[in-house]
Amino acid sequence: CEVHSCISRDSHPRAVNVDLQTDATLQVDISDALSERDKVKFTVHTKSTLPNFKQNEFSVVRQHEEFIWLHDSFVENEDYAGFIIPPAPPRPDFDASREKLQKLGEGEGSMTKEEFTKMKQELEAEYLAIFKKTVAMHEVFLCRVAAHPVLRKDLNFHVFLEYNQDLSVRGKNKKEKLEDFFKNVVKSADGVIVAGVKDVDDFFEHEKTFLLEYHNRVKDASIKSDRMIRSHKSKLHIPFPHLFPHLFPHLFPHLFVRFFLKVSELFEKTRKIEARVAADEDLKLADLLKYYLRESQAAKDLLYRRGRALVDYENANKALDKARAKNKDVLQAETTQQVCCQKFEKISESAKQELIDFKTRRVAAFRKNLVELAELELKHAKGNLQLLQSCLAVLKGDT
Amino acid sequence: MSYCSSLHASLFPDKQLHVLQDEDTEENGDTFDMQITVSDPEKVGDGMNAYMAYKVTTKTSLNLFSRNEFSVKRRFSDFLGLHSKLASKYMHIGYIVPPAPEKSIVGMTKVKVGKEDLSSAEFVEKRRSALQRYLTRTVTHPALLKDPDVIQFLENTELPRAVSTQALSGAGILRMVNKAAEAVNKMTIKMNESDAWFEEKQQQFENLDIQLRKLHASVESLVCHRKELSVNTASFAKSAAMLGNSEDHTALSRALSQLAEVEEKIDQLHQEQAYADFYLFSELLGDYVRLIAAVKGVFDQRMKTWSKWQDAQLLLQRKREAETKLQYANKPDKLQQAKDEIKEWETKVQQGERDFEQISKNIRQEVGRFEKQRVKDFKVVIIKYLESLVHTQQQLIKYWEAFLPEAKAIA
Repeated sequence: CEVHSCISRDSHPRAVNVDLQTDATLQVDISDALSERDKVKFTVHTKSTLPNFKQNEFSVVRQHEEFIWLHDSFVENEDYAGFIIPPAPPRPDFDASREKLQKLGEGEGSMTKEEFTKMKQELEAEYLAIFKKTVAMHEVFLCRVAAHPVLRKDLNFHVFLEYNQDLSVRGKNKKEKLEDFFKNVVKSADGVIVAGVKDVDDFFEHEKTFLLEYHNRVKDASIKSDRMIRSHKSKLHIPFPHLFPHLFPHLFPHLFVRFFLKVSELFEKTRKIEARVAADEDLKLADLLKYYLRESQAAKDLLYRRGRALVDYENANKALDKARAKNKDVLQAETTQQVCCQKFEKISESAKQELIDFKTRRVAAFRKNLVELAELELKHAKGNLQLLQSCLAVLKGDT
Repeated sequence: MSYCSSLHASLFPDKQLHVLQDEDTEENGDTFDMQITVSDPEKVGDGMNAYMAYKVTTKTSLNLFSRNEFSVKRRFSDFLGLHSKLASKYMHIGYIVPPAPEKSIVGMTKVKVGKEDLSSAEFVEKRRSALQRYLTRTVTHPALLKDPDVIQFLENTELPRAVSTQALSGAGILRMVNKAAEAVNKMTIKMNESDAWFEEKQQQFENLDIQLRKLHASVESLVCHRKELSVNTASFAKSAAMLGNSEDHTALSRALSQLAEVEEKIDQLHQEQAYADFYLFSELLGDYVRLIAAVKGVFDQRMKTWSKWQDAQLLLQRKREAETKLQYANKPDKLQQAKDEIKEWETKVQQGERDFEQISKNIRQEVGRFEKQRVKDFKVVIIKYLESLVHTQQQLIKYWEAFLPEAKAIA
């Protein structure tokens, strides 16, 4: 299996352009990436004028597990309970693509050199596209963190950016994965309870209803868009135009070969355009929906945490009333109640802002991607049209 | 039914596969001017005895016909009957008789039983189109056009009901070809092919057959995928509409609904394009697979003719030997009989040679005509196909141009 070499900084597009204000005080990007047999190595490049760092510009190499470690450390940090934690990037998955390349290699003997080269090129392009996507996903995560007023100051984040040794965070072992599983079970049961408590605050009541429905709809749209784009791509693999040249000596006397050669050329070109259309739809539509699926989940998680804090606060109130009634451990109950109150209010305040920001980001991202999608579709359709019309003009003139 | 034909009509305003004017004039110098349309399928009768009647309209300025424009009603078995007669008259002298469309028990039963769904409508439309192409090809053949059975078929209001149409349907032809091929293989005397042209052409047709079948399968696969894409696009459109509904930012919500509409329209386009792929390419390729079988049939007829001639020569030889023997046997009656038989067989040998030469000559002509027609057919279809692709792209541009300002309006 081949090792793919790096991508230059300017060549890859940001798959999901989340509207982030880039700040000169801290700029993070993935300047390079290397795909090896079973892992991807990202070169994380930082430019900063902050005094926290030893240098103004530096790079480190990180793997996917280290991104996950960073994300999880945010989730587990109580101080960040009131924030929408930027969703973790998905694991790089080249399995399907690798399998296809392998199958191709095995079947090399059964096809012509031309067919083999063509298929190989296509599969390699697919591999490269997946590669670019995973780089973009990891980059967006870092940029979100860097853009957040509080998270950008996080110590773990700085270590992640600067420490040029391996962070030695291995993936979760079986026991830890099991613990996570139970945590999630409890959470979803809780989620039901918490969601049932009607909120005094209209803003949050609305957000709860909205997010629950929105998340489900985004999930559905994401699945359906994936399916549609996969159909689009699979249609391109039918060897329809490929057969044309082979037919010429048989179908058409030599005098008319020029006509059919032109047609064959045309189909080759339009097919390339179709491939670009599918790729662009993938980037602008499917990836957008996937990203907001994860973000809306993170927003739901925030609401859940606030809900939990509210429940704790209300329980503390009840406990205080009981204590006062019995006149026992009142001071302790008062302290607990105050702590819960503060926690709840702190989360509420920042949650409100976070949710408003989420909406702003979401609208901006959809706008950008939908506009770009429409512009690209137009560009490709016009390209196709031009090819078809000019070919037709020649063919009709030929008769 | 109406959906298919109106779809078809909207895609291709000039409904028929026009018979092209031949730039090189035919033998008699006339320019060809004739247009045949098969239309208005109508169910006649009920239950399992029901059948479809098709209107056959001819528009022509040729003198062969009594009027310039006329219509008759025909049923499928009438077409098969016509083909059967033409094949029995002309195949053995080397004319490539265009094969009739395939019989289909399943398809027809659905129609008889009265299943008014999309698939039976598609079946009728497919058949109507195939019948039209069949007739058009038949009258393009200069000899067949003049055949009284053809003229009768096009003109006469009443036609005697064709019986035993089993023999020469498209599948029937294939069976006949296979049988002939078997017979040829069984021949102990290998044909001494003095003419390399025939050997070459046979090989070419063999290769062409293989390639055409591959391409046919490929196109059918394409149609299938396009239909799948259409289903998935429609599904996504619904999903996007739902998403738009739940989005609480007004402008974005509207844009998402618009996106859903665009995708719905694109789904329609995919379906129309699938029909174009199918009707234009797939059917044409199917026709040519059957035509090649007819061509092969004609080559085999030539072999049979040659074989008959050879047999006659052999028999003549034997008769001559027998006569020689009889000359020493002193049996005057038998001798005379032998001499008569020799004369008879000499004539047969001469006839056999003439037949062989005639069929060889005819086949050369037919193949030349076939190849020219093939090029024309494919050119016409390819151009039509490209035009359908142009239409699709133009529609796409329209839809996305309408959507773009909506997307930009999100604030």
